[in-house]
Amino acid sequence: MNIEVRNLTKKFKNYLAVNNINFTLESGKTLGLLGPNGCGKTTSIGMMLGVITPSGGEVLINDQNVNSANHNDLLSKMNFASPYIELPKKLTVSQNLEVYGRLYGVKDLKNRIIEISDDLNLNNFLNKQTGELSSGQKNRVSLAKSLINKPDILFLDEPTASLDPDIGDFVREYIEIYKSKNQITILLASHNMKEVERLCDTVIMMKEGQIVDRGTCKELVNKHGRNNLEDTFLQIARNKNELA
Amino acid sequence: MNWHKIYGLSLRHVYLIKGSFPRILDLIYWPSIQVFLWGFISEFFTLSSSYYSNTVGVILTAAILYDFLFRSSISYNMMFLEEIWSRNFTNLFIAPIKISEIIAALTMTAIFRTLIGLVPAVLLAIPLFGVSIFKLGFPLIFLLIALYIFGISLGLLVTAGLLRFGPSFENIAWASLFFLAPLGCIYYPVEILPNTLQIIAKGLPLVHIFEEMRNILINQTVNNLEIFKSILISFVYFAFGVIVFYTAYYGAKIKGTLINIGE
Repeated sequence: MNIEVRNLTKKFKNYLAVNNINFTLESGKTLGLLGPNGCGKTTSIGMMLGVITPSGGEVLINDQNVNSANHNDLLSKMNFASPYIELPKKLTVSQNLEVYGRLYGVKDLKNRIIEISDDLNLNNFLNKQTGELSSGQKNRVSLAKSLINKPDILFLDEPTASLDPDIGDFVREYIEIYKSKNQITILLASHNMKEVERLCDTVIMMKEGQIVDRGTCKELVNKHGRNNLEDTFLQIARNKNELA
Repeated sequence: MNWHKIYGLSLRHVYLIKGSFPRILDLIYWPSIQVFLWGFISEFFTLSSSYYSNTVGVILTAAILYDFLFRSSISYNMMFLEEIWSRNFTNLFIAPIKISEIIAALTMTAIFRTLIGLVPAVLLAIPLFGVSIFKLGFPLIFLLIALYIFGISLGLLVTAGLLRFGPSFENIAWASLFFLAPLGCIYYPVEILPNTLQIIAKGLPLVHIFEEMRNILINQTVNNLEIFKSILISFVYFAFGVIVFYTAYYGAKIKGTLINIGE
């Protein structure tokens, strides 16, 4: 499934959070959405998921407006993981996966839970309450929830934030393998530039609600004459004239 | 509507209750305390009031029915608040579940929560005070339906406020039923109210429900029209609640609160 974002704009009262952004994410590709805090990444993802109504423009998923009448059909083929939203803490991991499996209408749910638990090493704490888990374990459970329906489009908002390097690497490697096996379309918002370089085919740089640059990681690094994506990010984020 | 999804969402709340003994205790504790409190008040009134002299338990029956309303509304609000408190709100609204399915799931699960509290309280009242709400007979079912629909309607209005204004609306959730209690004529006849307030009160289903409850217990007669009116008015409030909830949902999408509520 592909995503097309056309003239997408979101204004909250007098604050322009997202200002007329345009991009296309082709099926099976991974796009990195980068930018400093408050640049409009989460708002853009919210509009792509249909939980925020745009002030202007539209989001097309396979040529269908995400806010159209078949919104739920589209949502059943998408999913989202973020460390900033959580699963019910008092439910066990297995109960949470069951609940979300049912909400997403997953067929053969029992086997899907076994499969995803094996893949993400959840078996040791499957019957533990989600609130009792470490942040690394919670993160993997959140990822499991986001893959429970085998989505065609996956939105990841800082999937490895606050993880130790080992778990972070495990998650990145898992996403990499999953992506190659399933031809999934991924939109990744991240502040970890190494992660972006490793996972993303192309990158969009946002600042103050606008797209200020785009291309492959290599293209951006070369264009700005920097050594790596992190330096490129810093240059764009700190350059006050970038939007001009 | 997809019943599998409704069942899935209901299951989330059933698991929550099943896995938490303090939650079950909390559900049982307050209705049982109400029975004790109003049971003793009821006994005192039976001895001291000519109005109640021949009818043991009118007040306690009213207290139990009012608690049923209170619990159904609070249960509805609580389930919604649980999603906010657990920061699960966004996960819920990005799942392919319709608003009508969320309303249906909350409505169905609220009865489960309400009955956990109410059944022990009803059963306690029989041996302790010799009062059984089952003395209301077959009309009891319809009175409970009217109360439940109205309780859910209030729950819808409060959850709409939570959607629109965020967790700061939480205090209204707790206070919502106390606003209406004086006009509901739960423990006294509607004639007690000043004329103007009587007109307003009759726009609530509570007056018709509790007047009819007293009519059945005191006069031993059933006024089907009053029961019908109470159900009809409750459904009008329910329809209003659904409209307000949908409006709040679309408002929250514009405001962007669905993705950061609870933060």
